[in-house]
Amino acid sequence: MTVFEKNVAALAARIPDGAKIALPPDYSYCANALVRALVRRRAKGLHLVGVPAFGYQGDLLIGAGCVDTVETAAVTMGEYGLAPRFTAAVKAGELRLLDATCPAIHAGLQAAERGAPFSVMRGLIGSDILARRPDWRVIDNPFAAQQGIEGRDPVVAIPALKPDVTVFHAPKADRFGNVFIGVRRECMVMAHAASQAVITVERIVDGNLLDDVETAAGTIPSLYITALAEVARGAWPQALPGNQGYAADAVHLRDYARQAKSAEGFQAYLDAHVLEPLAEPALS
Amino acid sequence: MTVETQTGDKSQDALPEDILISAIAEMLEGLGHVAIGASSPIPMAAALLANARTGGRPQVSVLGSQDHNFFTDGAKELFDCAGQGRIDAFFLGGAQIDGQANINLVSIGDPDRPKARFPGSFGSAHMYYVVPRVILFRLEHTPRTLVERVDYISAPGLSEPGVFRPGGPYALITDRCLFHFDKGQGRFRLVSVHPGHTVEEIREQTGFAYEEPDHVPETAVPDRETVALLQGPIADQLAKLYPDFATRVYGR
Repeated sequence: MTVFEKNVAALAARIPDGAKIALPPDYSYCANALVRALVRRRAKGLHLVGVPAFGYQGDLLIGAGCVDTVETAAVTMGEYGLAPRFTAAVKAGELRLLDATCPAIHAGLQAAERGAPFSVMRGLIGSDILARRPDWRVIDNPFAAQQGIEGRDPVVAIPALKPDVTVFHAPKADRFGNVFIGVRRECMVMAHAASQAVITVERIVDGNLLDDVETAAGTIPSLYITALAEVARGAWPQALPGNQGYAADAVHLRDYARQAKSAEGFQAYLDAHVLEPLAEPALS
Repeated sequence: MTVETQTGDKSQDALPEDILISAIAEMLEGLGHVAIGASSPIPMAAALLANARTGGRPQVSVLGSQDHNFFTDGAKELFDCAGQGRIDAFFLGGAQIDGQANINLVSIGDPDRPKARFPGSFGSAHMYYVVPRVILFRLEHTPRTLVERVDYISAPGLSEPGVFRPGGPYALITDRCLFHFDKGQGRFRLVSVHPGHTVEEIREQTGFAYEEPDHVPETAVPDRETVALLQGPIADQLAKLYPDFATRVYGR
């Protein structure tokens, strides 16, 4: 049974220190109100998994000292430039880095969602990504001969990647805890693969999203949703993509990317926009 | 070792970006499906131009776009699609690119305490292996970026025999010139130099060895019709996804 929490503080209290947290990419459904609540809770030792990459959400957590491990294909603010606190923390040697490539993250999550020990993928062989990931293995394709492939056909085995918690912000949920994600199906894979999904939604709607095939096709059943809260504009300052969503607050993100280049500027940003919850449009 | 200049129709209004876009578009014509990754306004424009000039081919998939994204199966679909051989061309960049077409999207110096850190490898360590025509794109052509040997291999230009590798480097286009990659020789060949640049300058500004033919043409300047397409309907489409780029280059 999905638990309905009143606010992001109650959701953040469910995410323990040291948790391995799956985060969606910037073009998907980012739960920034919940991320800010994690900063206010002073979360520690988090292991962030970018699915397959992240930007502002993770940069905020890294800058606030909540993170010790980053497992991702990339960290970037896209059009707004490099993620400043991530970049500073890596240069200072403050993070345990598990650099990956996008489909390796997806392969690991897909193994977890089907309860398999690993997935295999093409690519990676000869890269420094693979050389620096002793947890990945090169194995021979056991079916090479019958598939008409000459030689041993080496492939890379990626172990199941099972996050403790998946965190995202969806457009809507019903009162049964079913959550609509439409075509943003990485959120579906993330919810399947993780032990728990602790999420926010833009609004809670009447009826059952599973009753209509058109909504059911893009809905995660409540079976996979541990807890959720209704948070209007919960993706701000990032976009809620899609025709029912809203655009990113480009001015705010550009200011963040500039301000967070220095530790002092980042602290000033936290003081103004994160630590004082009444400054948040999502909570006012 | 002379630069031959173009004699045919060329627009007086072509911007340097238009010349790059048009040169890339030529490499995409006739293909079935071109995909564009994150932060790539010039490759996106080139794919849209190739599509407009050849009556709807190639199909163009742009990550992050509302109007040019046909994927419905989440963030993994692009890679699954490429893995099956359903994507014919893709673009990759690199903080560093070396003479064997190895690319570095991660860091300079020791990766654990780097002098510079970049976003990361994204999907390069898969796409570079499985997409037949990968076009490398780098707008800073200096000995700092085009190096003899990259500090970190996000994805190698070539693979050992026996490694599944239907894809790989096809060309490298910079703000100064166009190279093609010769997989047999394992090195780049200078194909054309953009207007206003010289072969001597390319030699000075390239940190790796490459093949230089006796006669190197100037990169073609697009004709009036092409420039009108680029500065009109294509710039309008770019503005939706890349407002900063569209404003800076096309005044949108």
